[in-house]
Amino acid sequence: MEKRFVSLWFPHLITDWVLLQKPVLKATPFVLASPRHGRMIVSATSAPAAAAGIETGMVVADARVLFPQLAVFPDREGRAGRLLTELAAWCIRFTPVVALDLPDGLLLDASGCAHLWKGELPYLHDLLLRLRQMGYHVRAGMADTIGTAWAVARFRSDDPVVPPGMMDEALGPLPSAALRLPPEVLERLDKLGFYRIESFLPIPASVLRRRFGEVLPRQLSLALGYREEPLKPVRPLEPYFERLPAPEPILTATGIEIALHHLLEALCTRLAREGKGLRKAFFRGYRLDHEIVQLEIGTSRASCHGEHLFRLFDISKLAPEPGIELFELEAPVVEDLLPAQEALWNLNGGKGMREIAELLDKLTGRAGANIVHRYLPAEHYWPERSVAATDSLEDVPGTPWPVERPRPVHLLARPETIQVTAPVPDYPPMLFRYRGEVHRVSKADGPERIEQEWWLEQSAHRDYYVVEDERGARYWIFRLGHYDGPHSEWFLHGFFA
Amino acid sequence: MNGVQSPVVQQLREDILSLQGFTPPAPGSRVGLGPVEAAFPNGCFPRAAVHEFLSDTPEESAATSGFLAGLLGCLLPERGMCLWIGRNRQVFPPGLTAFGLTPDRILFIDLAREADLLWAIEEALKCEAISAVVGEVRELGMTESRRLQLAVERSRVTGLLHRRNPRARHALACASRWRISPLASLPEDGLPGVGFPRWQVDLLKVRNGLPGSWQLEWAEGHFQPLATAPRGRWLQTG
Repeated sequence: MEKRFVSLWFPHLITDWVLLQKPVLKATPFVLASPRHGRMIVSATSAPAAAAGIETGMVVADARVLFPQLAVFPDREGRAGRLLTELAAWCIRFTPVVALDLPDGLLLDASGCAHLWKGELPYLHDLLLRLRQMGYHVRAGMADTIGTAWAVARFRSDDPVVPPGMMDEALGPLPSAALRLPPEVLERLDKLGFYRIESFLPIPASVLRRRFGEVLPRQLSLALGYREEPLKPVRPLEPYFERLPAPEPILTATGIEIALHHLLEALCTRLAREGKGLRKAFFRGYRLDHEIVQLEIGTSRASCHGEHLFRLFDISKLAPEPGIELFELEAPVVEDLLPAQEALWNLNGGKGMREIAELLDKLTGRAGANIVHRYLPAEHYWPERSVAATDSLEDVPGTPWPVERPRPVHLLARPETIQVTAPVPDYPPMLFRYRGEVHRVSKADGPERIEQEWWLEQSAHRDYYVVEDERGARYWIFRLGHYDGPHSEWFLHGFFA
Repeated sequence: MNGVQSPVVQQLREDILSLQGFTPPAPGSRVGLGPVEAAFPNGCFPRAAVHEFLSDTPEESAATSGFLAGLLGCLLPERGMCLWIGRNRQVFPPGLTAFGLTPDRILFIDLAREADLLWAIEEALKCEAISAVVGEVRELGMTESRRLQLAVERSRVTGLLHRRNPRARHALACASRWRISPLASLPEDGLPGVGFPRWQVDLLKVRNGLPGSWQLEWAEGHFQPLATAPRGRWLQTG
């Protein structure tokens, strides 16, 4: 398949980003500057500043002469790279292969992508429109080679698309700077009157090499496609993906099971070889009526155990009518297998952890994802906040479980109001009524005052008492606020064993 | 049981016991239940079995949870893991530390549907990597309890079913049926305040064992029988 590349150029990348943060600056010309050799040098200009004749590389003092009201902000190293990486990740919706083109551009390998937008012009149009809606000035070029796309994006303003094989015609009228040449070569070209590429295009490479060094013929052959230019994508492309075409449409559950077995075996072999396990997988079937049916599974822990993964798929939920002709298995989320973690639990010589993880997968697969809870102590006295749920089976408590204060075995989700008789302030009540039943307090401990954490929530403090009634049942009750306070109320919060 | 027995019958009896999950006590296999353990065959709390705990009131249910936590603290090996399966869970993890159980070794499975409960308990009991499973289930039939018992006989996991406020109390295929109810505590030396947790432990049914009643106290990290307690009603069964 012929290659097609898109080069994106953001002429005001950093200032556009600054405008997104501070939209007030929209009308004012401003520049970003960084100190170099004791002088402030302009490193990025906003569109109005550029229109006023200010260029990057100028000294700020000179720029102020041109435009006295110029606003200057400090620039930070590496910001362009970070911004471009973000934009590159966003561009993955247009093509899986996106590379950075520092300092102000992106390169997209659009081979075989444009037909999804019904043509290259609509593809570019959509791409540019969305980027411009985000607030960036952007120009694009599309050609068979990276070099030509780069040149067209920056130096041709009318038509961004170079038809396949038309690089010579497209490059001809462009200035020689469009070939990404170092300044000294450009200077020599200018001196000799080679202002446009067409003026030295017919000259043999050996002559050019003698006059201008290795770089000019190399850049020319890159732009014309005589030489391959490598692209370093921001996200390496190596999907965990298996497919299995069926010789004839599959309808039966047995057939689907065999297909799934095959796919899982292939995928798990690869995962095991690379020391990885999947956390999420899709099993897709492409039906004869052009519908796609899909099953999704998730695991609580990276797994490459084919038998276990097979059981997680509920094949009966896949509607095969009128027949599936192609099966796909994709693992979009893959993690490293960490055998070292088994040591923490040391269950049945290390294989126990996997068994537990598989059991949890089975349970969550049927009963819902958020049913498993494991708790670690949290450094809060307020009872509702004293435990923190954790997703991991491997986390260990950062602080020891507090034991110095009595805590009930059962805690009510919401404290329930009780009516009490408490004759003496700050003494436990003599009796209380809970759900219509009167309990006479025979023994009591307390109070344990727990203050609300004011930085989290505002409410009165609680005075907790452990009380035991005449029948021996033990309760955790508290009074909200002071004894004679305006909102003093009593609640039952838990049961002791 | 007391008749003249040939060694063959004795051997067969032991074989049956071991098939039913009652292993002869290995050294250090005590669960710290003191005199209560003597009620079980071979004088040993059967680990590879399902035990049923009944409770009617919230107070009894809390006492049962505390007793279960104490039991689990003894049952779990050094780095073992246990599952606590239920609906509308009330168990408060920090409250379990008092019973020698580290709450981060428990995985709480909080199910939304009653229908998944027994299935989840059965799946958990099949998993050999787990040491014990607590299932808070209200109703349970003979068939289901038999399935659970079969699962633990294969996996040697201890199953503890906490039946809160059950409607039916028919016979189940569980190794024992317990009822734990709170008893008034006795503070040391007449000091004010609430003392150590105390329970009336009624062992209502034991397969091949002797049911009875005891009064236990949880003090200093283990179960302690109350010295003043009556020896309980000893029934001769099996």
